[in-house]
Amino acid sequence: MNENVTENKSIKERIDGLVKSFGLPRLIIAGFLLLLYILAPIVGADLPTQLTNTINRFSWNAIMVLAMVPMVHSGCGLNFGLPLGIISGLLGATLSIELGFTGGFSFVMAMLIATPFALVLGSVYGWLLNRIKGGEMMIATYVGFSSVSFMCMMWLLLPYDSPNMVWGLAGKGLRTTISLEGYYNQALARILHIRLGNFEIPTGALLFFALFAFGMWAFLHTKTGTAMTAVGSNPVFAKASGINVDKMRLLSVVMSTWLAAIGILVYEQGFGFIQLYMAPFYMALPAVSAILIGGASVNKASIANVIIGTFLFQGIVTMTPTVMNNMVHMDMSEVVRIIASQGMILYALTRKTEGGK
Amino acid sequence: MSVNKQKTAVNAAELIRNNSVPIMFIIICAVCIPLAGFSPSYLFNEIITRIGRNTFLILSLLIPVMAGMGLNFGMTLGAMAGEIGLILVCDWQIVGIPAMILAVIISLPIAVGLGLFCGRILNMARGREMITSYIMSFFINGIYQLVVLYMMGSIIPIKHSNIKLPRGYGIRNTVSLLRMRQKLDKLIPLKLFGADIPVMTFIIIAILCFFIIWFRKTKLGQDMRAVGQDMEVAKDSGINVERTRIISIVISTILADIGMVIYLQNMGNIATYSSHSQIGMFCIAALLVGGASVDRASIGNVFLGVTLFHMMFIVAPAAGARITGDSMIGEYFRVFVSYAVITIALVMYETKKRRARSRVGEQLKLEQGTGEEAA
Repeated sequence: MNENVTENKSIKERIDGLVKSFGLPRLIIAGFLLLLYILAPIVGADLPTQLTNTINRFSWNAIMVLAMVPMVHSGCGLNFGLPLGIISGLLGATLSIELGFTGGFSFVMAMLIATPFALVLGSVYGWLLNRIKGGEMMIATYVGFSSVSFMCMMWLLLPYDSPNMVWGLAGKGLRTTISLEGYYNQALARILHIRLGNFEIPTGALLFFALFAFGMWAFLHTKTGTAMTAVGSNPVFAKASGINVDKMRLLSVVMSTWLAAIGILVYEQGFGFIQLYMAPFYMALPAVSAILIGGASVNKASIANVIIGTFLFQGIVTMTPTVMNNMVHMDMSEVVRIIASQGMILYALTRKTEGGK
Repeated sequence: MSVNKQKTAVNAAELIRNNSVPIMFIIICAVCIPLAGFSPSYLFNEIITRIGRNTFLILSLLIPVMAGMGLNFGMTLGAMAGEIGLILVCDWQIVGIPAMILAVIISLPIAVGLGLFCGRILNMARGREMITSYIMSFFINGIYQLVVLYMMGSIIPIKHSNIKLPRGYGIRNTVSLLRMRQKLDKLIPLKLFGADIPVMTFIIIAILCFFIIWFRKTKLGQDMRAVGQDMEVAKDSGINVERTRIISIVISTILADIGMVIYLQNMGNIATYSSHSQIGMFCIAALLVGGASVDRASIGNVFLGVTLFHMMFIVAPAAGARITGDSMIGEYFRVFVSYAVITIALVMYETKKRRARSRVGEQLKLEQGTGEEAA
């Protein structure tokens, strides 16, 4: 914007402009987070520890949020079917342990094993979504739910027998949480780990995310990536200019599913546990609301949206409990989180979408 | 002759395709019932109880479908309103039928308010009503928790400590409704084939069915069907589309509110933070099992659905335990089936819609083609 013009504008107009470009709910959330950071030292919470927590959680979740990008670009909407990709990741993780890999190498193997599952499941999912254009988001939600509840049975029935994973008494059926101690716990975070007093940076995990974010950015600027964006912004035009719309959409869904699979593995290496059964059930919602908080809409998303969104969302998740607890001795964080994140999704869904659908 | 035969074959195929979900369920039930090994009288008793408990709630879904707004996942909003009413009545120590009526009266304004809000939002999100109403149920659940967990006892006076958390505010995880438990069901006692028949509940359900049938014939009902068929055409013929859609959601929310009170009086306790969360999903699954789709649902679908779905619900865990030797498998199986049914029904609806659209396109092309030829 031209500087002279900005100066001439009254303060109210400037605020209006800012609200319009940034979005009111986003502004409220960013302001809220800022307030939390200011309040934290006042109410006696240790700020470096809090920042470390936020950055840690950022590094766990960022790739799952990144998984939203391809499908938004190809016009498939927000990927509420993220749990399908997470399932592939979990299969990779459990099989890697079952096959006896340990330490950091088990992380590499988990990624390798998860990939074929993600590709196959993603293709089937993409094929399904191509048949139901226009109703993607609702069906994606239920594809996620069905796959999670189907796998609930499979975790019990599949013939796993690694003593670190199955129920001790029965000797079969996977446990609900599996510790990654001795496997890939902190596998990425440990690389080039920086510590300054109470302030820590999981450099490896951040670099790993940066690698994927850069890859995604580069991909979106290749010929295929541009074609994908074209499909999302105007399918009729894209078809007229000779792009295979269905193929692009399929590719975006497969990418999203694979990123979700990698994302859950990165999450596990930070968290230290594999969570099975109903745990992946609602995992799509935080990722969806994170990217929306970052400024994405149902049909527009960038890497910057992912980074800003994940930071804001995880910031609120980590900061609210501490500050609230220290201030009023009342843990309202869960409620605040639900209202903020679901409110954000609602807001995005009610926006008019530009471009043809 | 052969043409005729072909036609019946096509019709049969069409019939099977249109009713594939109920047929699938009949097969599942037919396989599971002998495996589960329950006595017929036990099954009959259970099914009657569950029909009485759930039907009213499922019926609340019909009107938004009529108005073309799809399956109203926002019915959870009404359920939450009902729970708030019941919690307050419980604290005031009112018992029996008057308690239920009072709970409905208290929760009615809340349900209307939530319905208005939900309807407004859904008008802003046209074309993706279902996902929006689904997220809406989560959003309002957050506010419900804020009210029940933090404001009740601190701002909203709650006298009795047996429903309050020990810390002095907030409601306990379960609130006992012992004093109104099955009061409505047993108002007119009747025993048939060894099963208690909840006569009064059935009478109320019947009244609601007649109301819905009557409502379809009123001016408002006709307007709703017009809006459901084509919003643009309805608008051109002078119907206030937005208002009609909001009214359909408000009615649905109110019915869900009353339905929840009936549901909970049968259960006998409120799981304060989880009773409502599954309600929407199970009701929608039951309706779809009955052969309804996103744009077409009848009272018949409701009754067929509630019977088949709950039959599966009763027998699946036992059958699963018998086959695999693990009782959890059956539990997971029935959850899986409910989600899978919704998925399949949604996919079928979308593909059908697409097929119809392409058929219209082809017809248009054909007509244009002949028009050009004639010219």
